[in-house]
Amino acid sequence: MKQPLLIKKGAEASLYLANWHDRIVIMKKRLPKKYRLSELDGQIKTYRTIHEPQLIHEAKKTGVPTPTIFLVDVRNAIIIMEFIEGKQVKQLLSEVSKSERQRLCFKIGELIGRLHKYGIIHGDLTTSNMILNSEGKIFFVDFGLGEKSKELEARGVDLHLMKRTLQSTHFRFAKECFSTVIEGYSKVLGAETAKNVLDKIREIERRGRYVAERKVNDR
Amino acid sequence: MRRKNTGESYCLGIESTADDFSVGISKFNGEISANIISAYIPLEGGIHPREAARHHAKVASKVLEKAFQKAVIKPRDLSIIAFSQGPGLGPCLRTGATVARALASYLGIPLVGVNHCVAHIEIGKLKTGANDPVTLYVSGGNTIVSAFDSGRYRVFGETLDVALGNCLDVFAREAGLHQEIGEPFGAVVERFAANGKRLIPLPYTVKGMDMSFSGLLTAAIDLLKKGEHKLEDLCYSLQETVFSMVTEVTERALAHTEKKEVLLTGGVAANKRLQSMVRAIAEEHRAEFCVMPREYAIDNGAMIAWTGVLAYKHGAVTPIEESFVKLRWRLEEVEIPWVK
Repeated sequence: MKQPLLIKKGAEASLYLANWHDRIVIMKKRLPKKYRLSELDGQIKTYRTIHEPQLIHEAKKTGVPTPTIFLVDVRNAIIIMEFIEGKQVKQLLSEVSKSERQRLCFKIGELIGRLHKYGIIHGDLTTSNMILNSEGKIFFVDFGLGEKSKELEARGVDLHLMKRTLQSTHFRFAKECFSTVIEGYSKVLGAETAKNVLDKIREIERRGRYVAERKVNDR
Repeated sequence: MRRKNTGESYCLGIESTADDFSVGISKFNGEISANIISAYIPLEGGIHPREAARHHAKVASKVLEKAFQKAVIKPRDLSIIAFSQGPGLGPCLRTGATVARALASYLGIPLVGVNHCVAHIEIGKLKTGANDPVTLYVSGGNTIVSAFDSGRYRVFGETLDVALGNCLDVFAREAGLHQEIGEPFGAVVERFAANGKRLIPLPYTVKGMDMSFSGLLTAAIDLLKKGEHKLEDLCYSLQETVFSMVTEVTERALAHTEKKEVLLTGGVAANKRLQSMVRAIAEEHRAEFCVMPREYAIDNGAMIAWTGVLAYKHGAVTPIEESFVKLRWRLEEVEIPWVK
């Protein structure tokens, strides 16, 4: 592979599969936004290019598998990171047996629980941002919308997106999957916190907000 | 039926959510026959809800009379009365609602409560010809990015604290900027910003799809009070930062929904710099850029009248006993049966 291969073009950044020191890597490049002053655009891209790898790294420290960061090129707003070979949980959930599905969901719940326990909000918890590798580890990717917070509201919003993803892409077993996710989540954070977050999710649903906040896209 | 003279059906709409009291008259086919706006201008400071409501009560009969004159119809020619039921300032909403109830019961015609934010989107579609846009609605009271999905206008992103227009207003007042009569503070900030050159860093707060302006406002006021920067540069930096924030969120909504139109409305839509930013993302996503003329971008009665027509045609009528105002009525709580 000589030229980087574009594998996804998002609203903010493009993802390429590239060759970097004889290694296949993911290159995430934030694109300049013409509507913003170039000075402001530069500041924002710089902040995010630094912030995202920090979150990815902190997530790893809490025990959540994430891609290893190889290089942060702040000047060009590029992050070079490990390419996780595996299958998106999005595809897997509809292919695997019921017991495997429950195992995956429980594990996902535990991983989200760990992030939240250490004050990390992923910000885009869709099943396309979770990858199962050949060793059976689930990796979380794309922390571009993430933030540091331990607030109930932020946790609720985070998990609510997970719930909504399940409902829209895996509607046949959304209920079962989400309650298993919550089981895993409460194993890490305790039943009381889990209940508080569930109440928060219900409140968010009643607000009617976030219902179509983000179309679950085909990544 | 009460139509005597013209054979046309008319809806009269009353708007009174904040500082404007306005009466609009719309034909059932969407032709706007009148749109009279009376603004309450505070002697100093921001909008005092009770003072604004007092203004509304004082001007109501005159504004109604002007609207009938403009449309060349009589009250008996009306088929329905619509009013903005929320969201907004309590005393102001109640004043408009009281006028609406009185008219509807006196004339013996149906009353239709309309959501103010829905009305902004509907008049936008009517006036620009947009079909199914991503809407950026920015005013003194609201900052909302929305798009239609499964029966409702969904909120994709919004402010978590103050509205963008409010942020500009407060800054302008703190800076002691002088308004010409009828000139909004946003326009004054725009004038000063035009002569600014230096970008002063201010907090840029986009959280997921939502935005926060209050910290940025505090930071801008602090810088202002330190007096180390030129006012022109501060206005310029303030504008560049807040407009970039709303444009970024609008672009994300556009990318996710893949809609083909962007509608810019609300009082702040008049700002040329904001227009140019939103136009740029529309072009990049090959979407049509639709901007509202000021008369229909600010709070106006015509939008209430037209939305009243749409709702009434789909069976929505508000009995008097359910016509209480809803101060925090969210956009996505409203079912929109007229959009398929």
